[in-house]
Amino acid sequence: MANVNAGHHDHHPDQEELRTFAFWIYLMTDVILFATLFATYIVLQGSTDGGPGPKDLFQMNGIYASTFILLTSSFTSGLAILAMNKGNRLALMNWLGVTIFLGASFLFLEINEFIHMVSEGATIGTSAFLTAFYTLVGTHGLHVTLGMGWMIIVIMQIAKHGITPVTKRKVNIISLFWHFLDVVWIFVFTIVYVMGVN
Amino acid sequence: MWESVKEFASEFFVTGDPLIYGADVSIVLSIIAIVSVLTYFKKWGWLWREWLTTVDHKKIGIMYILASVLMLFRGGVDALLMRAQLVMPEMQFLSGDHYNQIFTTHGVIMILFMAMPLMFGLFNVIVPLQLGARDVAFPFLNALSFWLFFSGAMLFNLSFVIGGSPDAGWLAYPPYSELAFNPGPGQDFYIWGIQISGIGSLMTGINFIVTILKVRAPGMTLMKMPMFSWSVLSSCIAIVFAFPILTVTLALLFIDRYLGGHFFTLDGGGNPMMYINLIWMWGHPEVYIIVLPAFGIFSEIVATFSRKKLFGYKSMVFAMIIISVLSFLVWAHHFFTMGSGADVNAFFAVTTMLIAIPTGVKVFNWLFTMFRGKITFETPMLWTVGIIPNFVIGGMTGVLLSVAPADFQYHNSYFLIAHFHQVIIAGVVFGFFAGLYYWWPKIFGFKLNERIGRWAFWLWNIGFYLCFMPQYALGLMGMTRRLYTYGWDKGWFEMNLVSTIGAVIMGAAFLVQIWDIAHSIKHMKRDTTGDPWNARTLEWSIPSPAPFYNFAVMPQVTSQDDWHERKLRIEQGLEKPAKVELEPIHMPKNSGIPIVMSMFWFFVGFGLIFDWLWMAVPGFISVIACMVVHSFNYDTDYYVTVEEIKRTEAEAGRVIT
Ligand code: HEM
Ligand SMILES: [Cu+2]
Repeated sequence: MANVNAGHHDHHPDQEELRTFAFWIYLMTDVILFATLFATYIVLQGSTDGGPGPKDLFQMNGIYASTFILLTSSFTSGLAILAMNKGNRLALMNWLGVTIFLGASFLFLEINEFIHMVSEGATIGTSAFLTAFYTLVGTHGLHVTLGMGWMIIVIMQIAKHGITPVTKRKVNIISLFWHFLDVVWIFVFTIVYVMGVN
Repeated sequence: MWESVKEFASEFFVTGDPLIYGADVSIVLSIIAIVSVLTYFKKWGWLWREWLTTVDHKKIGIMYILASVLMLFRGGVDALLMRAQLVMPEMQFLSGDHYNQIFTTHGVIMILFMAMPLMFGLFNVIVPLQLGARDVAFPFLNALSFWLFFSGAMLFNLSFVIGGSPDAGWLAYPPYSELAFNPGPGQDFYIWGIQISGIGSLMTGINFIVTILKVRAPGMTLMKMPMFSWSVLSSCIAIVFAFPILTVTLALLFIDRYLGGHFFTLDGGGNPMMYINLIWMWGHPEVYIIVLPAFGIFSEIVATFSRKKLFGYKSMVFAMIIISVLSFLVWAHHFFTMGSGADVNAFFAVTTMLIAIPTGVKVFNWLFTMFRGKITFETPMLWTVGIIPNFVIGGMTGVLLSVAPADFQYHNSYFLIAHFHQVIIAGVVFGFFAGLYYWWPKIFGFKLNERIGRWAFWLWNIGFYLCFMPQYALGLMGMTRRLYTYGWDKGWFEMNLVSTIGAVIMGAAFLVQIWDIAHSIKHMKRDTTGDPWNARTLEWSIPSPAPFYNFAVMPQVTSQDDWHERKLRIEQGLEKPAKVELEPIHMPKNSGIPIVMSMFWFFVGFGLIFDWLWMAVPGFISVIACMVVHSFNYDTDYYVTVEEIKRTEAEAGRVIT
């Protein structure tokens, strides 16, 4: 009843490779999910029903700041991978920690933005535009939250097991996910914010 | 206190209809019966160990099939109720409201909780065996997919006795499905039942893509892969593209209903047409998702029972891929009448007609495979041959519907109902029946009775034509769908009467099939060969039913229809059955997490349906907790010893030295 993460005793496919491949397919489904949300947003963008529109609501300074923070966090998650490939467990955990911190800062800014908008009377029920806005941006925020929780779990497993093929795969996957969120944000930034205020 | 309990109960439980009291009583009685039988025979431990926590793809497949047959019964009873109401003009059997609920649940159950799981059942029991694999790529995920489907289905079915059923049609078009017009919990049951099981379907799609692309026996290149596996691959690719759209669509509808959003409402700038586009961007591919595997089944059966290689293998593969791509480009043919304009309609009409071409290629390939073959008509082949004319008629009426200007006449009429039942019943459901008869001995180790099987076949087919052919005519005579009563002056009586008689005959056919199963279990003759049809693909090279590790030794594949070729070589003395060297087999361990986690999903859904956050929030936290526990578990597999393999093979009648 041995535990079999390392061995290839029969023609058993390499589980770590399979999982990485499956994760790519999962990411594709997530692309479709966001594409659908973007499509909905674009269709409903102008349907403000007499309520406030993008120009009245978006404060670009905060958005630049949060964009910068998220891009940086993608970079630090890359540094985590570098540390992992060098076998430096402590640096790996630290860089993941920094990434989580940057993610949290991003979320903090986003929640602040939402609170501010709601306080100005722009709630999810105000107009179709705002429903689509909160849903699209909120779904991205939810993904960021998920990614952070996931990263914490991965850090705990590295602390427990060290750098093994399994934890290595887990780190690779979470960092892939994190880069993906970055890419999605670039679209949010361009389509929702930049094109919204121009 | 007592008063408020009574008031709560009268809102919570559905009351006032004898049918529903009947359902209440029978649900309670069957639960009591199941619990007491299990307790009396001390079977709880067995149930938990062997079934509820299993990660064996074959057992998961059997559970899918069982659940789907139950749902076929439920959906069939709904169908009979509707046909009873329509049997003659001015019937007083069902009220209009009740009729709405019944056609809605019938449609949802048949497509999402009957056809889909039947298909997943066949994927599960057969695909790994055909590929020469020990399991699917992710056995744990596979179990989770099943239990998610199961919780979703239970949630949806519960709406009949608790809260009230949805009644906005199987695709829940807004604004009917919005809170303003549909305030009860029925529509939320719809959203969460489908959402939870849909996530399961998406995971199955990913799982089987990886399995087929990465876990084949050595030597099996993609172009040597059996046709059924190809059809599963193309269907799963469509799942992976289509189901996220469904997930989003349902979520948006939920946001409208629960958070006061305005995606699809009539006020606040909402756009109901957006929903109709989104739901059909999933809905149309969905019908190809369920029909492609049926095409795969026909291909296997035609080759086996014609004793010939499948004609035009490459063109079959190609046709399948084209169909799964095209299926994403036709969605708007479901609403030609809703004002998209002539250019848009023309585009969607043409892409729709294009699908007929690869489909035609497939039909001709089956015919050419039969041509000059030594055909025998055992039940699987009988079904396959019976399906061809059905599918040709259904396909032709489909092309008629795709003529955009003519569709203004057919739209939402009984012509449409007849068309889609013809492709869905006679293409998909009959196709899956053919697969069930064909693979039954592999799954259970004995054949079904041929004579009773023939009775079922003829009853289903006669019933089918009687039921749906008149509906084409009724449609042209102006009878629209979702109509619960009509007057004597319309002249629709005779056709409707015939149609209902046909439906009753199909109901009888279903009972004959159940009898076939019961009879065969009682009088079964064990299949000791593992290959009762003298078939061609790898699943037939191992004992029936397959041992839990499938292949004692991994097969080495050299050609298409490898098992058939190997049999030939052995017969001609070119190859001796190889002497085998057994090695310990690596297997996944059972896990209770999938069923527990899905149960928590059920609580999340139920809580959100009734606005009970005290239930939904802890439910969700528990779901997350299950995922974390699973993530921390590194002890998920074990080795089967050589002694155990030898013992198991010997019990199946195979001596391994
Ligand atoms: C077995 C015999 C069956 C009979 C007699 C039957 C009969 C009916 C009837 C009377 C309707 C309502 C038509 C209307 O008034 O609009 C209906 C609708 C429908 N049926 Fe069936 N049906 C059968 C099997 C199936 C199967 C196997 C499927 C799918 C796998 C299916 C899918 C649907 C769908 C999607 C609808 C539309 C529901 C809606 O309008 O929202 N049916 N069927
Ligand atoms: Cu369609």
